[in-house]
Amino acid sequence: MSGRVTRFEQSATQGPTTVDRIHADEFDDALADVLEGPAVGAPLPFEGVSLPQDVTRNPTPRELRNARIGVTPVGPAVADLGSVVVRSGAEGAEQISLYPDTHVAVLAASDIQPTIADAITEIGARVASGLTSAVLATGPSGTGDMGSVVYGAHGPSSVHVIVLEDR
Amino acid sequence: MSDAEQSTGATRGRSSSRAEKAARIRELLATEGEQIHGNVSVFNEGRYRRYAELDETEEYRAASRRIKEESIDRLPELIEEVTATVEANGGVVHLAEDASEANRILNEIVADAGAETVVKGKSMTTEEIEMNEALADAGVDTYETDLAEYVLQLADESPSHIASPAIHKSKAEIADLFEETFDPEAPLETAEELTAFASDQLADRIAEADVGITGANFITADTGTLALVTNEGNARKCIVTPDTHVAVAGVEKLVPSMEDLSPFFNLIGAAGAGQDVTAYLSLFTPPVETPAIDFEHPDVEGFGEATDREFHLVLLDNGRMAMREDEDLRETLYCVRCGACANSCANFQEVGGHAFGGETYSGGIATGWEAGVHGMDSAAEFNDLCTGCSRCVDACPVNIDIPWINTVVRDRLNEGADPSTFDHLVDGLSPDSESSGIGLGKRLFGNFETLATVGSRTAPVSNLVASSSIARRVLERVAGVDRRRELPQFARSTFSTWFNAREDVTIENPTRRVALYPDVYTEYIDPERGKSTVRVLEALGVDVMVPDVGGSGRAPLSQGMVTTASESAEAVAEALTEPIAADRDVVVIEPSDLAMFKREYERLLPEESFERLAGNSYEVLEYVYGLLEHGADRDAIAGPETAVTDSSNGERAIAYHSHCQQRTLDLEPYTVAVLEAVGYDVVTSDVECCGMAGSFGYKSEYYELSVAVGDRLRDQFTTDDRDERIVVASGTSCGDQLDSLLDRDSKHPIQLLDPVQQ
Ligand code: SF4
Repeated sequence: MSGRVTRFEQSATQGPTTVDRIHADEFDDALADVLEGPAVGAPLPFEGVSLPQDVTRNPTPRELRNARIGVTPVGPAVADLGSVVVRSGAEGAEQISLYPDTHVAVLAASDIQPTIADAITEIGARVASGLTSAVLATGPSGTGDMGSVVYGAHGPSSVHVIVLEDR
Repeated sequence: MSDAEQSTGATRGRSSSRAEKAARIRELLATEGEQIHGNVSVFNEGRYRRYAELDETEEYRAASRRIKEESIDRLPELIEEVTATVEANGGVVHLAEDASEANRILNEIVADAGAETVVKGKSMTTEEIEMNEALADAGVDTYETDLAEYVLQLADESPSHIASPAIHKSKAEIADLFEETFDPEAPLETAEELTAFASDQLADRIAEADVGITGANFITADTGTLALVTNEGNARKCIVTPDTHVAVAGVEKLVPSMEDLSPFFNLIGAAGAGQDVTAYLSLFTPPVETPAIDFEHPDVEGFGEATDREFHLVLLDNGRMAMREDEDLRETLYCVRCGACANSCANFQEVGGHAFGGETYSGGIATGWEAGVHGMDSAAEFNDLCTGCSRCVDACPVNIDIPWINTVVRDRLNEGADPSTFDHLVDGLSPDSESSGIGLGKRLFGNFETLATVGSRTAPVSNLVASSSIARRVLERVAGVDRRRELPQFARSTFSTWFNAREDVTIENPTRRVALYPDVYTEYIDPERGKSTVRVLEALGVDVMVPDVGGSGRAPLSQGMVTTASESAEAVAEALTEPIAADRDVVVIEPSDLAMFKREYERLLPEESFERLAGNSYEVLEYVYGLLEHGADRDAIAGPETAVTDSSNGERAIAYHSHCQQRTLDLEPYTVAVLEAVGYDVVTSDVECCGMAGSFGYKSEYYELSVAVGDRLRDQFTTDDRDERIVVASGTSCGDQLDSLLDRDSKHPIQLLDPVQQ
């Protein structure tokens, strides 16, 4: 398991993504370290982990657009590429991961799969039982259209993954 | 008007359209060429890097191919299935037969949604049907949100690349455009500033839009899932922000199931731009549960409950179902529009999609798309720019034979062309069985073998006549042979004549027995490389015979003369049957002819006959490599100390340009290995093609493009550390091009190994 986390970390940090490996009981501190400016979030489904008060749940459109940080759960993830899957339902993880400048992605280590094919198999099973939105995201949004590579085109300009090693 | 006047008019028409084409290309070389070259080279190098880095590249390519074949095969069934699935999910499926039906449907959807504005993700399919214009006619404003498309929309220009549509635009041009359009408070200079400015503008457009329209890279029939491969995140926003989403996609985007996506996902970013993976691989199964965001009520909490969303899938036929029935065009439908065939194309790298493209699509595969969706006239505009170099064949993630599609379309264009009044001029020299509307230049080049036979028989007079200034002017006006090009000089005595006239050479206990294929160039123009080959092979203990056999059909095929090429293929296969049956290996000097045997003959010959020939044919240096590996005596052939060709006395350093088709066959390493084994120090070029590409560089409308491509190669061989090196090239036309670009002559590699003083 920790081999897979290491592999994920190596792949993800080859690009501009940052990764923090922690235990669930360290989550509040780890998140506090990266919270800066207004933050919005989708509920975290990991045992013993929850969003602090200063992260706005169920944001209004204005709050969403003004947020600097969006915190969402992600999973599965792909060790080979450092990708994470944003699954979205009514709580709006899709928009929350997409509109703010920084996406803070919270991932359970047990959700890391080796390859894209493995992740797709898992997504496929969830789509069959009603999941309608799953985005395999690797690093921040980017564009080369304006003369050189720029991070943060329409989506976040940085991505920070918090891996819960004991989840 | 008399007949005579008419015919002069016809000829003038032909040569003036050549002049127009040349002018257009000249302009693009000057205005967009550098920008395009810089950008696509990065993509091209990135693809090489990533393809080499991945262990499974070939597996993914094969799997992608298989899935596309199956999908197109089962297309009608998949359309039914996806219709049922999407409707069960709560969406609506519309099948549009052509562009106008699609636009009618789209206008209805937009009107029903009461939309004033629409935001759109990048979609070449909506470009194909000119959707923006159709919506504008109904009073609806459509905003492109992909940053490249946004730039083009502001500039009112068309895409120059199938995957990166604004690739011809420099940062400075974009800055000027924004300056003119928006007059921003602070000047915009850096890419970051430009990106941030554009994203802000578009965030407002997305917030106020009533409908989001996107394309789809794949649609899974079993779940009704749209897969989108993107980097910016704009398509995601267009899908989840407004409450109505419309996806417009060609029917060929259907695949059976979600499980089919992973080989494409693994390869598409790599193929397109050398990315390990694109930033977003999105899988939406609409209508999505994620609530729409109502920016008109910015302070009302919007999440927590799914909103009522509308989803429409517009599946476009527009010629695709007919392409599916067309044995040769069908393969086009496997295309995933990654742009690799454009990025790997030497001609495209210089001029981009504004020359190498039709109404919508650009690059090598555009010939198939344009012929299929817009018709032959659109394909005719740029089809000539594919020289058949085949470099894209290695690049395409679904293994499409892009050069073949170009050849077939060229053949069909030939069929449809009006006969020229000047055809009788070349009739005697062009004994082909093609329809007579082909055009003189094409027939002349396509029948190069006949020309060479006559030219050689009458050399040196034919050489003198052909190079007289009057002859050159006539040749240029009537057949489009550029005056600035040196014509090949025919040899008085052919290679076979030399071989048959020499004293019998008996090799005691030969290690191998070879039938050396006398290609047209070796035979009539450069017999010396044939002689060197014979001496090298014999020195290595091989028994050599030269069969009586004609041209491979490469020349006619390159002009789209498929019937003539097939006849040549049959004749070659027949002539070589006996030597092969007698256990002889077929050795080929000219890479473009070997590529015929190993690639194109698959299309031209019965399977068994193709396999026999392909399986027993070798490029000459590949063959020498094999002999040396199996214990032949390296000292029997020349190395740097002993080679005596005029430019190589004692010189050890070589600059080697492999031939494009040779590289596609993965045969470059053998030449390098052999030259190194005998003691040379070898550096290689890494341009995709020399620019000459057989007859291409002779044509007056393409001469300047050919030279622009060649200049890249020249630059690589004239750097300080390279400009003394012996220039070596495997292909005849590469050699000709290099000779005209450099002030030192090129050699075929076999000549450096020749053990005999000449
Ligand atoms: S033909 Fe192949 S290489 Fe060209 S765009 Fe299509 S998929 Fe890409």
